[in-house]
Amino acid sequence: MNAQSTRFTVLQRALHWLMAVGILAMLFIGVGMVSTVMPTYLPLLEAHKTLGIVILLLALLRLAVRFVYGAPALPASMPAPMKLAAHLSHYGLYALMIAMPLLGWAMLSAGAYPVVLYGGIRLPSILPQNAGLHALLWQAHVWLAFAFFALILMHLAAGLFHALIRRDGVFESMAPVARPREGTTPAE
Amino acid sequence: MAQSPPPTSRAAIGSLVLIAGVVAAAAGAFAYTGGFLSPERLTPPKLVGALAPPGGPALGHRRNHAKGICFTGTFQSNGQGAALSKAPQLAAGSYPVVGRFNLGTPDPNAPDATVRVRGLGLQITAGGQVWRAAMIDPPFFPVATPDAFYALLEASHSKDPDAMKGFIAGHPEFATFAGWAGSAPFMASYAEDAFNSLNAFLFTNAAGTTSAVRWSFRPQAQLEPLSPADFAKLGPNHLETDIAERVAGAPQRWTLVLTVADPGDPTDDPSKAWPAGRRSVEAGTLVVEKVEDERDGPCRDINFDPTLLPDGIAVSDDPFPAARSAAYARSYNLRTAEWKDYPYQAPAKPAASTAQP
Repeated sequence: MNAQSTRFTVLQRALHWLMAVGILAMLFIGVGMVSTVMPTYLPLLEAHKTLGIVILLLALLRLAVRFVYGAPALPASMPAPMKLAAHLSHYGLYALMIAMPLLGWAMLSAGAYPVVLYGGIRLPSILPQNAGLHALLWQAHVWLAFAFFALILMHLAAGLFHALIRRDGVFESMAPVARPREGTTPAE
Repeated sequence: MAQSPPPTSRAAIGSLVLIAGVVAAAAGAFAYTGGFLSPERLTPPKLVGALAPPGGPALGHRRNHAKGICFTGTFQSNGQGAALSKAPQLAAGSYPVVGRFNLGTPDPNAPDATVRVRGLGLQITAGGQVWRAAMIDPPFFPVATPDAFYALLEASHSKDPDAMKGFIAGHPEFATFAGWAGSAPFMASYAEDAFNSLNAFLFTNAAGTTSAVRWSFRPQAQLEPLSPADFAKLGPNHLETDIAERVAGAPQRWTLVLTVADPGDPTDDPSKAWPAGRRSVEAGTLVVEKVEDERDGPCRDINFDPTLLPDGIAVSDDPFPAARSAAYARSYNLRTAEWKDYPYQAPAKPAASTAQP
């Protein structure tokens, strides 16, 4: 991507929106499954583990794609603190996309649980059994999940703020389809 | 970057309201999904919390079946079970076992004779897959649904003297269990108890045929049924001392019997025993070879979640395994977070230590 690009590449946009759906589904499945003793608990748990590994793989792919293609520059009109907030929140989102599945996998390993995904796929243990470690990882997984959801809400609010109020092209850089505007062309 | 003219201030306020609305709706949906807006929902924390005695739970211990002792051994499969399930544990062979004999009480120090229900937690590993189970000695479960189990816990801890009467009136199946609890003898040893899955599971064999199955580990030891009073005379920690002594002398054995439902038998209600005469298969022998204190034993950190199943065994329409899995996970999360309260370094219980070979 050259410095003049105003939009993320098609691959980056596709990954962003696919993962947006996946991660939101993941957070809702997670908070829902631990609140129920109904028979749906078991398929939700299986979906949570499976989707977690899919998100981990997509996040690693996305990170690699980001290193290759970079990102469009933020508009010069954005105040510096707003730019800093944007950069920090994106670091946080990437960190959580990768850390959350690893924490979940490590937590199950430290709890001596078998890690079985949809279709009977069995993953190896990545940590030895340890009660204190299990507790630490469980608490981290739970509290970071709430932090992740809060960060996603901020990201959503910021995206809409750019789209509806600042109208500075930041939202359009990640929008799934280009929206031609009066007096502008998508190629601008 | 593409820039558009800024909105008028009225449009900007409208946009801010819209953004706030979108964020609030997402947060509200999340809170609803998590049950934060539904205090009536039966959640794992609520179910596990209801198990605690009036003085609160024993920190660091399992929230139920808290008193127990570890063992290791083997499951010697004779291969007959392969007719019902392709689980690697049921192919002919000998597979390592970790287990735990336990008492159905939230108090890790409860005297043996005060506890009516005894349990067996088991993990059999074969072909890189685990089969975990947690079984108890009554021939049927006290109640038909997880909601009824919660209601039973609530009623039994209630200060209202009529609470149990009201519960029994609403749950007639409990009378059957109360009849068993009041009349069944106490066996003198864990080695003499039969341990039953009670829940039905779906077994699928290599040909793809699925059957609903309940199973039991039936003791091969000579039975010595005792009255409650005679059993109490054996001492508050007799069962752990006894099983350690017996196993030190010779391995103890149970026969795994798989019982297959006939069409129409209830698979979704563990309070209803299936009629006698159902097809049954003796699939092998559990051999308990070594008993160890729980404090440092190999069973201590295992959650005997009955939904951790090998290929060829799956949950049925019985609602209990899912509820148990959710509650056991909660109990495991709590007790591992309280690991500092667990008596890792405490001296062995006198009853168990005298039994060490």
